[in-house]
Amino acid sequence: MKPRSIAVVGAAETTRLGKIPDMSVIGLHADAALNTLADAGIKASDIDGIATAGESPVALAHYLGITPTWVDGTSVGGCSFMLHVRHAAAAINEGLCKTVLITHGESGRSRVGTGGFGGRAGSSLMGQFEMPFGVTSPPTMFTIPVLRYMKTHGVTEEDLATVAVIQREWAAMNPRASYREPITVDDVLNSPMIAWPFRMLMCCLVTDGGGALILTSADRARDFPSKPVYVLGTGESVETPMVSQMEDFTSSKAFRVSGKKAFDEAGISHGDVDHLMIYDAFAHLPLYGLEDLGFCKPGEAAAFIRDRNTAPGGKLPLNTNGGGLSYMHSGMYGMYALQESVRQMRGIAPAQIPGAKIAVSHGVGGMFGAAGTIIFGNEA
Amino acid sequence: MDRALPQPTPETQHFWDGCKAGELRLQRCNACRQVYFPPRPFCPACGSRAVEIFAASGRASLYSYVINHRPRPDMGSAPHSIAVVTLEEGPRMMTNIIDCPQTPEALQLDMPLEVVFQTFGDMALPLFRPVAGRPAKAAAAAASEPIANRALAGADA
Repeated sequence: MKPRSIAVVGAAETTRLGKIPDMSVIGLHADAALNTLADAGIKASDIDGIATAGESPVALAHYLGITPTWVDGTSVGGCSFMLHVRHAAAAINEGLCKTVLITHGESGRSRVGTGGFGGRAGSSLMGQFEMPFGVTSPPTMFTIPVLRYMKTHGVTEEDLATVAVIQREWAAMNPRASYREPITVDDVLNSPMIAWPFRMLMCCLVTDGGGALILTSADRARDFPSKPVYVLGTGESVETPMVSQMEDFTSSKAFRVSGKKAFDEAGISHGDVDHLMIYDAFAHLPLYGLEDLGFCKPGEAAAFIRDRNTAPGGKLPLNTNGGGLSYMHSGMYGMYALQESVRQMRGIAPAQIPGAKIAVSHGVGGMFGAAGTIIFGNEA
Repeated sequence: MDRALPQPTPETQHFWDGCKAGELRLQRCNACRQVYFPPRPFCPACGSRAVEIFAASGRASLYSYVINHRPRPDMGSAPHSIAVVTLEEGPRMMTNIIDCPQTPEALQLDMPLEVVFQTFGDMALPLFRPVAGRPAKAAAAAASEPIANRALAGADA
């Protein structure tokens, strides 16, 4: 990093140390954070980058009321916070965020509110305020907002089904797709009920697989055998670990913040985008993504898809590998969205978009809990 | 199978104690007057630690939901709602809508609801029912049945 380019401007520990049986792990993180904010003379709303280990950065951001544009959950043991400082320095220098909060809290002695990374222990907020009501896995959590979206915008079950039908058209062109047989809206609406209004064909696959990427500096890229694919812009944010606490069930704040940051960084407009990937764990995700990324106005995405703008031959090819609904979905599908964006930029995708120069790859984490957006280009 | 139950922490104990006492307890910031949920000992809107606990009205409206057709083993075998309600005081919370058919026709968005506390073992959960609805005998029977607490870790995939 550049020497003397970054400084520590706030530092504090928890109010008490030693034996604190009346505070949970996330409470200790928050206590240290509030004391540090006071030391720096700023408020949580002034923080736009957050890093922590041993607690989910998503949970902590929501707990403190922070909307970050940079998140680091690197968790490699007791030195994690040194790595966070280093990553934060790079992020600030790169303009990903301006003011980073790094927290630690651990109920090592009293063991209050401990119980596993990932936030689903019985004492976590999700364990207390969502699990008791019968949520199981994504089909009963990710799906909960959609009825509000449908009522607000007059979107129908047929509209949701249409998302799956059009993505199957893309999958039909992809020999590696799990499902390639054409389907109709009726097929989707007659598939088994999972969690009303979601039918099986509106839910992603569960498959095995993997993917990896290698990145290097642009000036070294020409030494490699493949056509370079450049990163033009990036965005990220988190909102909440609990879908029930999303600010607005018709729109994802993490999507909006992440998308805007990526477009601003890339300096492009929506009309410049030749190819789009939106992580589709369920059929409503492309609707939220198209609107929250700014490709459609609120409530217009369903008609945009119905009018075949995202279908083969349309002006905004979307999820051209077939998506999580038809291509594959191992659980953390974001890697496959990135892979398809890179294939399109290299010009080697099975359903290649002729002459595509700019590709947007947008991913979701948790149940609308987190978002990441990468904009790629194939011209130096 | 025993119902998965919350494990309170010191910061949330007042809420779960409230459920057992028949009160839906929220928190309010004395600095900026924000009412918030889930519980924490400071205001998520302004960071102030000057917060108070108060009993909410228990009135709410139906914000969104799904009807889970593949219930978790501890939730029985019939399809059931998993809902998010908007409390009269502003915050939203996850719950189940009870005392009405678990169908799209019976569960209309924005319908008025009221809280009802159902006992499971040594915990009580805040569930909601239509304001016009009548108390279901099945729910009352379930409430009297002692169900042991259990750890939630590993309860889902």
